[in-house]
Amino acid sequence: MNHAKKAASFIANEARTDWHDQALWFVREKRDRAAHAIPEWEALRELASQIKAHTLSNLDIYLEQFEKQALKNGAHVHWAIDAEEHNHIVHRILQKHQVRHVVKSKSMLTEECHLNPFLEQQGIEVIDTDLGERIIQLREEPPSHIVLPAIHLKKEDVGALFHEKLNSEKGATDPKYLTEAARQHLRSKFLNAQAAITGVNFAVAETGSLVVCTNEGNADMGVHLAPVQIHCMGLEKIIPRQADLGVFTRLLARSATGQPITVYTSHHQQAKVGGEMYIVIVDNGRSEHLGRADFRNALKCIRCGACMNTCPVYRRSGGHSYGSTIPGPIGSILAPGLDLEQNSDLPFASTLCGSCSDVCPVKIDIHEQLYRWRQVIAQEGHLTRVKKWSMATAGKVLASPGPYDFTGKMARTALNLLPRFALYNGLNEWGKERELPQVPKERFREWYKRVRGVGNE
Amino acid sequence: MKIALFIPCYVDQFYPQTGIATLELLEKLGCRVEYPMAQTCCGQPLANAGCEEDALPVYQHFTEVFGGYDYIVAPSGSCTYHVRHHYGVIEQTETVRRIRERTLDLTEFLLDVLKINQLGASFPHRVGLHQGCHGLRGLRLGKGSERTGEDFSKIKTLLQMVEGLELMDLDRPDECCGFGGTFAINEAAVSVKMGKDRISDHLRHSVEVVTGGDMSCLMHLEGIIRRQGHPLKVMHLAEILNSTL
Ligand code: SF4
Repeated sequence: MNHAKKAASFIANEARTDWHDQALWFVREKRDRAAHAIPEWEALRELASQIKAHTLSNLDIYLEQFEKQALKNGAHVHWAIDAEEHNHIVHRILQKHQVRHVVKSKSMLTEECHLNPFLEQQGIEVIDTDLGERIIQLREEPPSHIVLPAIHLKKEDVGALFHEKLNSEKGATDPKYLTEAARQHLRSKFLNAQAAITGVNFAVAETGSLVVCTNEGNADMGVHLAPVQIHCMGLEKIIPRQADLGVFTRLLARSATGQPITVYTSHHQQAKVGGEMYIVIVDNGRSEHLGRADFRNALKCIRCGACMNTCPVYRRSGGHSYGSTIPGPIGSILAPGLDLEQNSDLPFASTLCGSCSDVCPVKIDIHEQLYRWRQVIAQEGHLTRVKKWSMATAGKVLASPGPYDFTGKMARTALNLLPRFALYNGLNEWGKERELPQVPKERFREWYKRVRGVGNE
Repeated sequence: MKIALFIPCYVDQFYPQTGIATLELLEKLGCRVEYPMAQTCCGQPLANAGCEEDALPVYQHFTEVFGGYDYIVAPSGSCTYHVRHHYGVIEQTETVRRIRERTLDLTEFLLDVLKINQLGASFPHRVGLHQGCHGLRGLRLGKGSERTGEDFSKIKTLLQMVEGLELMDLDRPDECCGFGGTFAINEAAVSVKMGKDRISDHLRHSVEVVTGGDMSCLMHLEGIIRRQGHPLKVMHLAEILNSTL
């Protein structure tokens, strides 16, 4: 099912759509207040964007520097070319330490690699410890947002879920009570875990250390308790120096949730005494993406989610309507790089309003990339034949004044030209909930000819 | 100063009053304006649908028609944005480069070229401003709510020159209306929902007339307003700036 269909079924429940829209708009407004409180906000975005551009242009150097430092710190470093290799590496590490129980804090990368189902198949229990992640894990569904994975659920939904899975009181909706229920449930999982897996927000080349930003402290709890710690990161997480970190931490939390900083900003540099620290660096299509001049900037993304919160389409269609691990505007420019045919609807799931590019803390030209992906999709033949044909015809008509200059109300009533582009698949789609524009007595050009005499040819 | 009027294709066909108001307004302000009859469209509907290739001859045609003018003025932020930002794909001859610099939205032309500070217009109504995204975020006709820094809006500056006009505040002053060209059809459900939400915002704030710099947004909003029977009118900015008591 494509985005438009899934969006339509989401919107069918209008009250819930309004609630979803408002919940995310609230986050967008919090972000605005936080950003507007920093006088140098725009300069900070520019700086972050340039640091990322520099890093992406020298990625090989910084990755090697990072590896060297990390090894010096005593960590083990693994490289994975794709999701499969990543999963096998993690599995081998777990096997080596005879791990049966793992806690994991939020990581979009392991989502992307589908690590959980893979490990579960090998008989290993993986528990997501971020509250939102745990909720969707219990519901056996993917996250609908990269920062707020369960944003599509109301507290009533969570109450019902916890009643069923965690034996909490029936009908409970008090967030405090529900959080406490999750906390009790997770405590035993933490104590029981033999390994902790985390995602990575930033990897500092200069020091070989990793930075993980969370609000719940679950990443730290996991790492501190379990003897084995595994950090999985996409290779674009590198930043050159420790001094660059502040630029990003200032932008990240403000953009994500409107907080000045995440509650926990944890720096992992070495294994604890008696423990082991593993770092898995994953490519999975990233270096190929780096080679796409028009689209490489998407790799600057720091996964703050601001483009989702601001996107008027995302807010009204929900994260699951995108059908890709990362939904929303950034997902729509990343997913076509992974599978163009399967994701060819996503660059069209936008009005190109440009709000995403303006909130993005690293200034990714998201809406321009959506536009350019559309061109690629058409060139590679992923538009329907009728659509392609109608566009080609319109192009010919519009390239010369002759056919365009027909006059008369009949022609306009048939909407013979524009929105001619609308004709190929349906004025009925326009007309289902909207009136067509009223057809005036004369076109502007007819008026001009009549009132001003024939124009300047 | 040789000024050409570019009237977007859908304005030509469905909203001639917008074209007429633009022309009359410019003439009132002392400009001599020509409407080249050979003009068609800027090509945006094709390119936004992914068919930039098919739009290239349209770009060439636009260039031929408008090559000889000092300024090309259009009552549309969206078409202007397209010419300025997306004509980079054709050969950048001197003419093309000049066209890309000299194609201006009506608001830009009034404020940045003519530098007007009064209008003599009068429109005693409660007006809500719909800021078209391409004008706002593409041409930077104002500061979007995403960005920090000094607030400004060229359209508001112009509306403030109109006597009797009461500009109403909105809860979401610059959210997209959901038109988006082919988006309005391919993603009809989201498109309409976005439009409905914009309209409710205007209704909540007792707006009588919704205005904006892009008739395409207003066409979409009007379609919903008429279907749902709301007591709201849409009028292009040019019509308001051109109105007298
Ligand atoms: S693209 Fe920009 S706004 Fe969107 S998640 Fe990434 S960093 Fe945040």
